[in-house]
Amino acid sequence: MAGLVANTELLRKLLVGFVRDEVLKVGITEVVLGLSGGIDSALVAFIAAEALGPDHVHAICMPYKTSNPESEAHARLVAEACGINFSVVPITAMVDAYFNLFPQADNMRRGNKMARERMTILFDHSALLRALVLGTSNKTELLLGYGTLYGDMASALNPIGDLYKSHVWQLSAAMGVPSAVIEKKPSADLWAGQTDEEELGFTYREVDELLYRMVDLRLTREELVAAGFDGEFIDSIYQKIRNSHFKRRLPVIAKVSNRTIDRDFRYARDWGK
Amino acid sequence: MDFTAVLAQIQPKLGCLADNLALVEKEILAASASGGDLIIFPELALTGYFLKDLVPEVALRLDSPEILRLVELSRSISIAIGFVEETTDYHFYNSALYLEDGAIRHLHRKVYLPTYGLFDEQRYLAHGTTFRAFDSKFGRFGMVICEDMWHLSASYILAMDGATTLLCLSSSPARGIDGETLGSAAAWQKLVSTTALFLNCRVLYCNRVGFEDGVNFWGGSEYIAPSGESVSRCKLLEPEALSVRIDEGALRRERIFSPMIRDENLFVTMQELARITRERGQ
Repeated sequence: MAGLVANTELLRKLLVGFVRDEVLKVGITEVVLGLSGGIDSALVAFIAAEALGPDHVHAICMPYKTSNPESEAHARLVAEACGINFSVVPITAMVDAYFNLFPQADNMRRGNKMARERMTILFDHSALLRALVLGTSNKTELLLGYGTLYGDMASALNPIGDLYKSHVWQLSAAMGVPSAVIEKKPSADLWAGQTDEEELGFTYREVDELLYRMVDLRLTREELVAAGFDGEFIDSIYQKIRNSHFKRRLPVIAKVSNRTIDRDFRYARDWGK
Repeated sequence: MDFTAVLAQIQPKLGCLADNLALVEKEILAASASGGDLIIFPELALTGYFLKDLVPEVALRLDSPEILRLVELSRSISIAIGFVEETTDYHFYNSALYLEDGAIRHLHRKVYLPTYGLFDEQRYLAHGTTFRAFDSKFGRFGMVICEDMWHLSASYILAMDGATTLLCLSSSPARGIDGETLGSAAAWQKLVSTTALFLNCRVLYCNRVGFEDGVNFWGGSEYIAPSGESVSRCKLLEPEALSVRIDEGALRRERIFSPMIRDENLFVTMQELARITRERGQ
């Protein structure tokens, strides 16, 4: 499918240009990002290093005690490969201190807490380093809602939010992300052996084929079925998109005045830039 | 006559009139000093594109000091430039001015305001109602703004009105990453080339660069000969001032080889359009 095969040279130019332009024009030279050892944050690190120079990119690896040690090793490998600043801030003490109060908490609560703990560390370093926080969520997970609101979904700028996972793989290969990172199974790494695709119940390649046709090409359900997609799969993905839409919007504001923020008070974020 | 046109592929700052005016002045003085006869700026060069509620804040009346300054600068070089126009009855237009020899020669108000996909122009702007060719020192010109050109009738009317050069001022966003070149660039290149070819007109296309809220404007400004051939094209994604020499002989020769515009039957067109209008009951 043509749409899922990217012209990586062009895409690289656009995304590098995006980071350079959107960072420098607000009078800032530094960016900070969480480096998990996975492919999405690795790609963002490579893009940022090319855009701003590796000295201006600050990567933080934030493992929890159950994180796979391979993740930190891969994060380090990525940082070395693109020459960016690298540090490790473990989150075990903070997360455990909290859950000592709520020992019954399930995996979802724990995972969300970890994602939000990492967010507070990134935004603290944003203030410390005068750096913008780069987001690392791709279009596939943003559409599926497979991320934590105000956690890994929080950032100032996201260079890869309009790239499906299939694009992320292609561009990562083109930009020289280490192959160990590209080839391993995507994982949120909340517990040992967890993989995204097992948890989601489908592969990224399968869902990208559907999402591309459903969202980008706006094919109808009938057209998708005719193209060979299973009806139940289509419906479940449609519901995932609908049910997670709140994560992609600002909080809803009760309108009482003539000019309500984002409804009839409308300005671009780059206002004056 | 032969003349030198400069395509000023600039990167305006969103909502910053003073900064953009300074940038525009700098480009005008440089183009003039290097022997340019005409400089063309993008759509909304003085303001940036995704203005939303900033429209009334950055709008200029034709007698504003900013416009008068540009009119003054046109004594040394002709200028085509896009801005937000405010009228005395407080309508706001996406407009383009053609300034020459210290006077306003032409004002075009964008007729087709895109309001779909990532565009929202009709929410904030009033639409123009005319396409008129006008005489410049360099022959008869027609001016369109971006989306106008996607309407065949716009360029057709200007060519029927005698324009042999079409100026298109643009702020075209980049999208489409699956082809050999950028999707929107490929579409525009096809459009300007075909328009030139159909109408035996040259086209001077000026697009901006830079990002606004993550949206890139791709540049790629170009000069298309009346044969449809792209003679010179700016780089994609980067600011540039491209100087192009316009050859009057090429226009004359093309119109001798391919006299489609001479043979165009305006009477048939008008008769059929009148019938269609009648039948539609409009």
